[in-house]
Amino acid sequence: MKITVTVNGERHRLDVEPRRTLVDALRDDLGLTGTHVGCEHGVCGACTVLVDGEPVRACLMLAVQADGASVATVEGLAGDDGTLHPLQEAFSRCHGLQCGACTPGMLMTAVHLLDTDPDPGRETIRAEMSGNICRCTGYTGIVDAVAEAARRRVTSETS
Amino acid sequence: MKCPPFDYHRATSVADAVDALQAAGDEGKILAGGQSLVPVLALRLARPAVLVDVNRIPGLAGLERRDGVLHAGALVRHLALADQRQHPLAAEAARWIGHTAIRSRGTLAGSLAHADPAAELPAVLRACDGAVQVAGPSGTRRLRADELFVGALQSALADTEMITGVELPVPDAWGFAEFARRHGDFAVVSVAAARFGERVRIVVGGVAGVPHLVDAGDLATVDGDVSDDRVTLLAAAAADDVDPASDLHGSAGYRRALTEQMTLRALADLAGHLRPVREPA
Ligand SMILES: Cc1cc2nc3c(=O)[nH]c(=O)nc-3n(C[C@H](O)[C@H](O)[C@H](O)COP(=O)(O)OP(=O)(O)OC[C@H]3O[C@@H](n4cnc5c(N)ncnc54)[C@H](O)[C@@H]3O)c2cc1C
Ligand code: FES
Ligand code: FES
Repeated sequence: MKITVTVNGERHRLDVEPRRTLVDALRDDLGLTGTHVGCEHGVCGACTVLVDGEPVRACLMLAVQADGASVATVEGLAGDDGTLHPLQEAFSRCHGLQCGACTPGMLMTAVHLLDTDPDPGRETIRAEMSGNICRCTGYTGIVDAVAEAARRRVTSETS
Repeated sequence: MKCPPFDYHRATSVADAVDALQAAGDEGKILAGGQSLVPVLALRLARPAVLVDVNRIPGLAGLERRDGVLHAGALVRHLALADQRQHPLAAEAARWIGHTAIRSRGTLAGSLAHADPAAELPAVLRACDGAVQVAGPSGTRRLRADELFVGALQSALADTEMITGVELPVPDAWGFAEFARRHGDFAVVSVAAARFGERVRIVVGGVAGVPHLVDAGDLATVDGDVSDDRVTLLAAAAADDVDPASDLHGSAGYRRALTEQMTLRALADLAGHLRPVREPA
C-alpha cells in the first residue's frame, strides 16, 4: 500500500505491506536506524517516537496508519551541524546511558514530557519515564538528566 | 515477532466498517488504538485475514455530558478521557492505564471490547451501570455492562459488530484504588466505587473473568453513612464476596486481602469526592 509520511520534516513516499509496523518502516525502508526495537509488543519503550506531536510505540502502530502523519525520531534532535539537543547533552553529562539500546526511546519520551510540562518534579519524571525499560543504568542517571535539562531550560528562559 | 500477513481496510464510516467486517466473514477484526490487538498479532495469538481500521471514521471522538450521563465516542483516547472533568471517576481510572505512549493511542471502546478482567475502564463501566451503543449488519443495539462482559477477553459482541459510543452515568460520589506491581502495569486488583443516590456499587477488577460487582446486600445502601465502621464492613463484605484464582502475580488469599485493602481505599476516596453540582465544561 502506498503511503506518504513526513519524518523529521522530510516527506517520504513508501510502498509497504499492511503488516509492516512503523518502526520497521523507519528502520528498514527509510534507513533511520536511530529508533530502536526491543520487545515488539509495546512493553519496553525502545521504539517510542512522536507522531503528530504525541508519543507512540512505533512497534504498535502500522506504517499504513501513519499515512499523512508527521513523525519525529531521535535523528531529528541534534542540529544540522551536529550540535546536540539539550536533552542529549544532559544524558551524556549525567551518565543517562550506557549501551544506548533504550536511549532513543528515553529521549523522545523526555522531549514530549518537557514539551508538556517544562518544570516537572522528580516524581513526575520517574512516573513518565517508567514506561521505558533500561537494563544498564539503574535509572538514576536518566532521571538526573531529564531534571537537569528541565532546570537549564527554565533558567535560560528566565535569564 | 512480526505480525502475520493480513489485508487492510481503512473504514470511512461506521456503515463502511460493518460492511467490511461482514465481507470478511468471521475473519475480520477492528483495529482501533492497536495497543492490545497489535501485541496479539505480533505474538501470533490471532491471525485475522482483514483488519478494519476505524481510526479515521469522523465523529467518534466526542465527549458530552447530558442529563447526568457522559456520552463518549468509541475513539476517545485514554489521554482525552484522563483529561476531561465531566466524569471524574473515568478520568481517574484512565490515568492508571499503562503509560502516556499507550494512552495516546488506546481507545475507550477498544478497552471495553478487549474485555481484559484486570483493565480499569471495564470496571468503571460496570460500577456506573453504563452501556455501549453497538452497530452491526442488522442495525444498532444497546448492551449494558452486565451483558457486554462474558468472560476473560470475551465480550458479547459478534465478529461483525462495532461499538460506536459509550454511556457512562456520572455517580454522585466516586472512588478508585488500584494495586499494580509497577507503575503503569495492569492491576493485580483494582476497585471502582460509585454512589448513586443511597446505593454504593463496588466493582473489583482482577479477581474474576469479568469485573466483579460486589453483592454487599443491605450494607450497600449507605444513606449518607460512609463512616469508618460502614466502610470497614463493606470492605470485609467485598473480600468475602470475591473468589479469585491464584496465578503468577498472586495467590487467591493475597488477592482477597488486596480486595479488602483496595475497597477501603476506594471508599475513603469516595467519601471525599462529591459530584460537581455544576456540569463542568
Ligand atoms: C505496555 C502496555 C500497557 C498497558 N497497560 C494497560 C493497563 O494498565 N490497563 C488497561 O486497561 N490497559 C492497558 N493496556 C491496553 C490498552 O488499554 C489498550 O488501549 C486497550 O486494551 C485496547 O484499546 P485499543 O484502542 O488499543 O484497541 P485495539 O488494540 O485496537 O483492539 C483491541 C480489541 O478490541 C476490538 N475493538 C477495538 N475497537 C472496537 C470497537 N469500536 N468495537 C468493537 N471492537 C473493537 C479489536 O478488534 C480488538 O479485538 C496496555 C497496553 C500496553 C501495550
Ligand atoms: S519495541 Fe516497541 S515497546 Fe518494545
Ligand atoms: S543504556 Fe543500556 S538499556 Fe538503557
